[in-house]
Amino acid sequence: MESTQPLAQRSLVWQLISFALFFGLWELAGRWPVSLAFPPFSKTFLALVRITADGSLPKAYLSTLQPLLIGIALCGIAGIGFGIGMGLSRAIEWASLPLFIILQAAPMAAIIPLITYIYGIGLTAKVLAVVFLAAPVVVMNSYKGIRNTNPSLIQMCRCFLGTRRQEVIKIILPHAAALIFAGLRLGLAMGFIGVVIAELLITPTGIGDLITYHSSVADYPEMFATIASIIVIAALAIHGLERVERRLFPPEIRGS
Amino acid sequence: MPADAIVQVRGVGKSYDGTVEALREVNLELPSERLSTLLGPSGCGKTTLLKIIAGLIPLTSGEVWVKGKKVEGPGPERAFVFQDFALLPWANVLRNVAFGLELRGLAWEERAKIARDYIGRVGLKGFEASYPHQLSGGMRQRVGLARALAVDADILLMDEPFSSVDEQTRRKFQEDLLALLQVERKTVIFVTHSIEEAAYLSDQIVLLSPRPGTVSRIIRPDIERGGRSPDEIRRDKNYLDVVDEIWQILKRYVD
Repeated sequence: MESTQPLAQRSLVWQLISFALFFGLWELAGRWPVSLAFPPFSKTFLALVRITADGSLPKAYLSTLQPLLIGIALCGIAGIGFGIGMGLSRAIEWASLPLFIILQAAPMAAIIPLITYIYGIGLTAKVLAVVFLAAPVVVMNSYKGIRNTNPSLIQMCRCFLGTRRQEVIKIILPHAAALIFAGLRLGLAMGFIGVVIAELLITPTGIGDLITYHSSVADYPEMFATIASIIVIAALAIHGLERVERRLFPPEIRGS
Repeated sequence: MPADAIVQVRGVGKSYDGTVEALREVNLELPSERLSTLLGPSGCGKTTLLKIIAGLIPLTSGEVWVKGKKVEGPGPERAFVFQDFALLPWANVLRNVAFGLELRGLAWEERAKIARDYIGRVGLKGFEASYPHQLSGGMRQRVGLARALAVDADILLMDEPFSSVDEQTRRKFQEDLLALLQVERKTVIFVTHSIEEAAYLSDQIVLLSPRPGTVSRIIRPDIERGGRSPDEIRRDKNYLDVVDEIWQILKRYVD
């Protein structure tokens, strides 16, 4: 314990130094200036305080995070359910695996503008954009998690007279849980991309709209503050999920 | 050997995809409350035969009878010990040992009581709350053995149970297994590729020829075990003769 404590402190110090260095370089680059449209860190930070205080940033987040959460929840329920179904049933696998392989490989962002033709520019369209980007990885991870079950454990279960139901509940699902959860985390990362693209391309609301608006009136510090904030929030959310994942499924007790 | 056959293998053949023939016309009688070994070079189908007896793999021809009933699948009178242990990595020793009973729907207190008893008998007392990754290979296989004993089957099917543990552990484990069987009165069918292991443990050794596997010879070592230490047995003339006899036969299969 005595040796790990200073080590943790030292790593915190290094993290702070690296942040300071990054923001310092940003400040220098902004003052130099690299471009008139590139504000220094200090101005961006003040802009962040300003748009937070006047309520425009919180309001934009409300409008962006709502479809993101709805979309991820949909993927979490339907996507995981479908992936598990694909893993357990040869018929479902046969019928839908090619579709998901194509969806996973296709540049899904390209079809986001198409959503507008059918669903307009409301909440539905944004939720769909999230689902389109996040679903393939969520479904495929669940499917692979189920399929990768250690065959020896399944034989063991059958040998000790387990029913198919017990096999699924006591062996296959616990074995796949870690991969399924990882799929959800990757899905969230894709969901962030989906919702911001949707807001930039089709529905001028939320964070995407805030970026477009500040850019069009040349409020570059505000624009950069918005961009930086969504990057930070997405990174923190995904890092947070990764920590939860490591807590829930330490590598030693994982199935795979 | 006087004891009556508890397992009868009649004309069993197994081929995969109709092309690869793993077993051909295997006929065997395995005596009750004795330890029989299936021994042969790798690829002779000994594990396949064991899994057919377990009801885990369907056979292509012939039939297997266990306690007067034809085998259609796994049954409560047979328990399996796996080569790769097949333990649940997310469950502790207690739950792993009790897992067979859990599948049979026993209440938690009841199965924990039985499992604790067998954990003690295989020498793992104090490790109830450990996870498989915290145990050595030998200890993991003790968990696998305790799990098979806990369901109180008459027949233990052991698939190269000691092949992935080191030599010292293996010897100790063999001795403990024999001591345990003195008390438990089980029929054991044991797959191994180690001649010494077969000679040391077995009442009956079934030698299988390479693919397609058939019974090439049955040897019944007449080694006096009662009251003798393992090291005395390993120096016994009969034991050494059996080892040599098996080697003379198996030598022909090694190219």
